[in-house]
Amino acid sequence: MPISVLEFEKPIIELEQKLHECETAEPRDETAVARLREELARRQQQIYSRLTPWQRVLVARHPERPHSTDYVHAMMDDFVELHGDRYYSDDKAMICGMAKFAGHPVAVIAQQKGRDTKENLQRNWGMSHPEGYRKAHRVMNLANRFGMPIIVFIDTPGAFPGIGAEERGQAEAIAHNIRDMFTLEIPIICIVVGEGASGGALGVGVGDSILMLENSWYCVISPEGCAAILWKDRAMAERAAEQLKLTASDLIALGVVDEVIPEPLGGAHRNPKETYDNVRHALEIRLAALLEISSEERIERRYQKFRAMGAFHAGEHGQPRTTTTEPE
Amino acid sequence: MAWFKKERYTTLKPPEMRDRIPEGLLTKCEECYAPIVTKDFEENLRVCKRCGRHHRMSARERVNLLADAGSFTEMFKNIQSTDPLKFVDSKAYPDRIRSAQKSGYDEGALAGEALINGRRVALGVMVFEFVGGSMGSVVGERITRLIERATADEIPLVIVTASGGARMQEGILSLMQMAKTSGALARLAQKRVPYISVLTNPSTAGVMASYASLGDVIIAEPDALIGFAGPRVIQQTINQVLPKGFQKSDFVLEHGFLDMVVERKDLKAKISLLLYYLTGKETRAVVPASDEAAAKPAGWPLRAQPVDPLEIAFR
Repeated sequence: MPISVLEFEKPIIELEQKLHECETAEPRDETAVARLREELARRQQQIYSRLTPWQRVLVARHPERPHSTDYVHAMMDDFVELHGDRYYSDDKAMICGMAKFAGHPVAVIAQQKGRDTKENLQRNWGMSHPEGYRKAHRVMNLANRFGMPIIVFIDTPGAFPGIGAEERGQAEAIAHNIRDMFTLEIPIICIVVGEGASGGALGVGVGDSILMLENSWYCVISPEGCAAILWKDRAMAERAAEQLKLTASDLIALGVVDEVIPEPLGGAHRNPKETYDNVRHALEIRLAALLEISSEERIERRYQKFRAMGAFHAGEHGQPRTTTTEPE
Repeated sequence: MAWFKKERYTTLKPPEMRDRIPEGLLTKCEECYAPIVTKDFEENLRVCKRCGRHHRMSARERVNLLADAGSFTEMFKNIQSTDPLKFVDSKAYPDRIRSAQKSGYDEGALAGEALINGRRVALGVMVFEFVGGSMGSVVGERITRLIERATADEIPLVIVTASGGARMQEGILSLMQMAKTSGALARLAQKRVPYISVLTNPSTAGVMASYASLGDVIIAEPDALIGFAGPRVIQQTINQVLPKGFQKSDFVLEHGFLDMVVERKDLKAKISLLLYYLTGKETRAVVPASDEAAAKPAGWPLRAQPVDPLEIAFR
């Protein structure tokens, strides 16, 4: 029984409890158990298969949702963490290192949230300072020099907005990462596993393939931030989530994301193993495909991929030009 | 107790003078509140003569300030916005764009070619008057095309930033303009074409976390707000009083993220000098004597432009 239950999940959790009681009752009423199982399956299907954008945001933030390092440990072997940006400190909201994945040495850049308050204090709730982006930059260059593909796990509510972060050049650190990721010769695969908020996510988010888990979100601003600015009311976040088109399927339609990785019914946290398998499978296929092509071509395709993003009219021909799904 | 005796009220006469001053004749300085004759204020490039405060300048005034008279040719005007998300807040996004166009600008950035003291440059100027200079697909595309033009023709790039950040109403697509523009700058840098980034008030968020931070030389005007997160967001997050001058030009210079803070009156000459150093090529402003008067930007009695950039370096 999960500790944290989202509001819309309550009917399911109640049914699960009832089922559990029924199953353990003496004597056991088999028809009631069967009936409850059927009811539960029906309700799960009904609720989870039609999540609203806001409900997906809540699932993406679910306290028990697997975090970036959970994927690393489940899918990769012999992870070695590399610490520090060599300028100021070691940002624990951005974990960098090397590991073996599908027989390859790879570099890992993982934005990491904490499991509990204590760990969250250490990891600053997944909000990196400039030193996090500079550490990622250092490890990306290392990977580039020694020919390791880079796997990026994105999960952040944003780059940290604080005095120290500004003093040490948050914007500069992110801008340099974005620019330099276009020049790296090794394959880069980015996968949004939870929250992908704004420049904080894009600061490690330029890649040859951009993947998203089914219940993750990726946007220019958090729904709350958008609501606070446009409606002057953070309570309008649900409305903002709908307007912002931030779900994985929306981003496919907008041509920003290449693939949505399915999650088990109810979200990654309800069956982490299945989630890891899905992610591993998608990553293996993507990585193999990227290793087939030359580095020059990868760099050119990476540029053209992002070059095509945006929606505008180009009036000279009177033809509106909008983005379409990125062809693979 | 005569001390506490109530004084009789006296009625002050209304200030008759006030009525006689026509609307718009005087402008008040935002910093020292000194009244300035608007005409003088504009002639002084919207800088307060008393306290030196740099007030916001429109994008067209900025073009006139930097480009040689009549030399700016705007490009990519055919790039116009759409409504990819069908975004509606208090207003539908297309309506917001239409009302923003009443400002006299069609989008958040002007891009084109110009001469700066006779030197051909690719010049981009962001338009704060248009939805806060926010970067959506049109701004991103115009800036990217400008960068690509500079790369292809190997002409220096100058971008003047005035933007609060990304255009929320275009969601993820506005975020991706940061990647698009920065990717184009990676190619510009590889070709060793110089790029000067000029930060004006305000330069924050999306633009700062992309092209505005990527100049070979980064210049700011005095008093500009420069940063990643806005001061209000930081204040709400950390619940502390922000230090005085936080995120202002001098603060950012002090922390090592700017090359220099340059007053508006010196901006053109400084850019011209920097471009001389970065390209190694001198230019001579080819202005025939008879056309000299016509060549001066309308309404801008700027200092005579130096012909040889080295002259001002050792002045």
